[in-house]
Amino acid sequence: MAFNRRKFMIRNASWMLIVVLLLLWEILCVGLEVPEYLFPAPTAVWSAGVERWEPIMMHAWQTFFTTLVGFAIAVVVGVVLGIAVGTYPIVYKALYPLLVGFNSIPKVAFVPVLVVWFGIGTVPAILTAFLISFFPVLVNVATGLATLEPELEDVMRSLGASKLDILRKVGLPRALPYFFASLKVAITLAFVGSVISETVASNMGIGYLMMAASSSMDMALVFAGLIVIGVMGVVMYELFAWMEKRFTRWANRGSNSVAV
Amino acid sequence: MEFVTFEKVSLAYEEGGPLAIRDVSLSVRKNEFIAVVGPSGCGKSTLMKLVSGLSNPTSGYVYLNGREISGPQKCIGMAFQASNLLPWRTTLENVMLPLEIVQPYRSQMRKKRKEFEEMARALIARVGLAGWEDKFPWELSGGMQQRASICRALIHKPELLMLDEPFGALDAFTREELWCMLQDLWREQPFTVVLVTHDLREAVFLADTVYVMSKGPGEILVRREVDLPRPRTLEDTYTEGFASQVHVLRDHIGAIRKH
Repeated sequence: MAFNRRKFMIRNASWMLIVVLLLLWEILCVGLEVPEYLFPAPTAVWSAGVERWEPIMMHAWQTFFTTLVGFAIAVVVGVVLGIAVGTYPIVYKALYPLLVGFNSIPKVAFVPVLVVWFGIGTVPAILTAFLISFFPVLVNVATGLATLEPELEDVMRSLGASKLDILRKVGLPRALPYFFASLKVAITLAFVGSVISETVASNMGIGYLMMAASSSMDMALVFAGLIVIGVMGVVMYELFAWMEKRFTRWANRGSNSVAV
Repeated sequence: MEFVTFEKVSLAYEEGGPLAIRDVSLSVRKNEFIAVVGPSGCGKSTLMKLVSGLSNPTSGYVYLNGREISGPQKCIGMAFQASNLLPWRTTLENVMLPLEIVQPYRSQMRKKRKEFEEMARALIARVGLAGWEDKFPWELSGGMQQRASICRALIHKPELLMLDEPFGALDAFTREELWCMLQDLWREQPFTVVLVTHDLREAVFLADTVYVMSKGPGEILVRREVDLPRPRTLEDTYTEGFASQVHVLRDHIGAIRKH
């Protein structure tokens, strides 16, 4: 009995924490009589969300779309560059300092440049999502390939395997857990990227919605937007976590550990 | 009939750097089983890399089957101390890996998959792993992984099998079991074997000829034929003859260590 209750608690811990936090939030706002234009209570956020459901959904779809397109480009570019960096030491030497430097630039500083090039709206949002999220994919794929056991490579080479054979039979399958781990990080970063871009330069998307709402002191709507982004992020994260488990079951057993 | 020949081979991994091995000359007959023993750091593994063409000699010549070696050789089987099985493949799939790479199997893979699978299953059963074909490496014990690793090294019927301390990480009982397994496989369907080990009993039990190497730079100090009759059994390892063979080798190694 006690054991079952503990199991139940562990399984539902995250939901229970959310409920407790919402309750605290509500009590705090109502008890201290915080004005709604500063910090709206959850009930106020909820009613704003229900009331403005359609525009919120429209903007959410825009954000979701730009994020996914940017993320997809990031995956393709990250995998291709990751394979190059992980396979050829010369590419690693040449490219790595440049990439690290580029990754250190806050992407919000890059948005104005993109706006000059592409105008405001969808394209800068997609590109920002891409720019912010390809790096973890690249690093993880490269790490997965570069940490190939030299003896395993010897086994393959002594069979007369070409570089492509080694990549296909050993390198890529071995890098798969690293790749899936990076997708979880990359998708959440992609949301950050597209929303940043929308807040700076767009008339569509959750980022724009929040900017517009905050300039008219509609804090309930701002919070509704925040929550929508959070929910989308969690759902996508869980999707990739599930895929990771599904496709790389072997990596979660035995001695092969996986970088996160 | 000479199969592998070393002619005054030296190798430095870096240009102008220290030599890993110096002036090594030896020859291995076809289907001979040789063992190379010596203290760690004597260039035993370098020897393996040279035979398989993964490294090129700085000076001297290495011949395989009458031809000078240049570049990685095809059709060599290798097994190491770590089994290096691919964790995303089952035992059967791991054993079949060389067939996906080495010709002529590679191009026949599609047509003859069933036949190759039977071949792999038979070999797996032969080393005592029947029933474990569809298990993943992490579900196997260390000894079983090593059996699978040796299957993988032999499935494509290489003419040369290279073993780099293959039983080094196993417990004594499992190790001796695998000695017998390897000897049986070799006697049934002979192939040339180069075994690198630091276990003198292992060398004497398995090899026709034992080479003792000195410490860096590695040189061959002694070549010693083991004329014990085959098949050798674990019982034999407790006989006078066996013990004296081991003892002689032990003395040579002891002499190196004193220097």
